[in-house]
Amino acid sequence: MSAADQGWGADNPERLYVITRGRSGLTEQTTFDLVTLVVSRSEPTPTMQPEHAAILRICGSPLSVAEVSAYLRLPVSAVTVLLADLLTEERIEARACVPRAVLPDIALLEAVMHGLQKL
Amino acid sequence: MDFRSSEVVGPQGADLLPASATMAVKVVIVGGFGVGKTTLVGSVSEIRPLTTEETMTQAGASVDDTAGVERKTSTTVAMDFGRISISDELVLYVFGTPGQERFWFLWNGLFEGALGAVVLVDTRRLEVSFDVIGRLEDRGVPFVVAANTFPESPTHPTEELRAALDLPPEVPIVACDARSRESGRDVLMALMRYLYDLSAPPPPTTMPASR
Ligand SMILES: Nc1nc2c(ncn2[C@@H]2O[C@H](COP(=O)(O)OP(=O)(O)O)[C@@H](O)[C@H]2O)c(=O)[nH]1
Ligand SMILES: [Mg+2]
Repeated sequence: MSAADQGWGADNPERLYVITRGRSGLTEQTTFDLVTLVVSRSEPTPTMQPEHAAILRICGSPLSVAEVSAYLRLPVSAVTVLLADLLTEERIEARACVPRAVLPDIALLEAVMHGLQKL
Repeated sequence: MDFRSSEVVGPQGADLLPASATMAVKVVIVGGFGVGKTTLVGSVSEIRPLTTEETMTQAGASVDDTAGVERKTSTTVAMDFGRISISDELVLYVFGTPGQERFWFLWNGLFEGALGAVVLVDTRRLEVSFDVIGRLEDRGVPFVVAANTFPESPTHPTEELRAALDLPPEVPIVACDARSRESGRDVLMALMRYLYDLSAPPPPTTMPASR
């Protein structure tokens, strides 16, 4: 079954509202980029909101915010709200993406080019 | 609640990133419907491409923090993306969109922090790219143009394409076959070289000393 068959939370505003407790995710997006890497720092607990538990379960190894959104089938803005909760409780680590400079760092570009050569 | 934590299946096997991954960067593939964005993402990605979604307000609607609840005109936009491990620490994400170009620029944070963009064009339908190119220029997002080679596509000399797209002389234009990993890789490489030239202090005639 594909993601589309299962239906994304985005199709159901009421469900999303419950999951995020009404938060839009716009504030949280300043902390989390689409490619911020997230890693669990604790195990899920039975009393946890299921979405929080799911994030802790799948982020045993690093995953980008975009991947968390894809696996949970929730919009990015809802995922950033959930991640902000977990970060506040120190249940996850957020590995920030590269600083938002106007132009990327030369050493970074060299590293990317070197990596692409192996593809 | 219809959501069960246990039903969420995370990455398996080769889709897992090593614990050493500490930094990620992104590039965005933009272009009109059917130009091959999804194909290109799939060609270069080392994981089966994934889809992420965002809900966004219509163009022109106010986007402030308290407006979330009473938004009446919101649209869901999907985006597929792939991943390339650059090193043990560094990961490159490649995002492509399924049409609906007028929404890309509403997607909070899609272009912010991106290294750059690839404008994928089909030479049979260049006009769909004008709007995208204009918006990237307005936002100051560096980009290269990749002409996807469909069998029926007329092959234009690069300078003809440049004139047709009204591109400045420094913007690289490359031909590609979105179905080929090597060709897709070369497109990304062209973008990185261009970014390198933009970032490197002049003169750009010598390559950096290898380390
Ligand atoms: N011949 C040829 N077909 C292609 C190429 N790239 C994409 N296609 C086909 O064009 C169609 C649209 O491609 P798709 O990646 O879905 O376009 P998107 O809408 O930009 O994501 C698909 O049927 C692809 O198989 C190419 O380089 N050569
Ligand atoms: Mg597509």
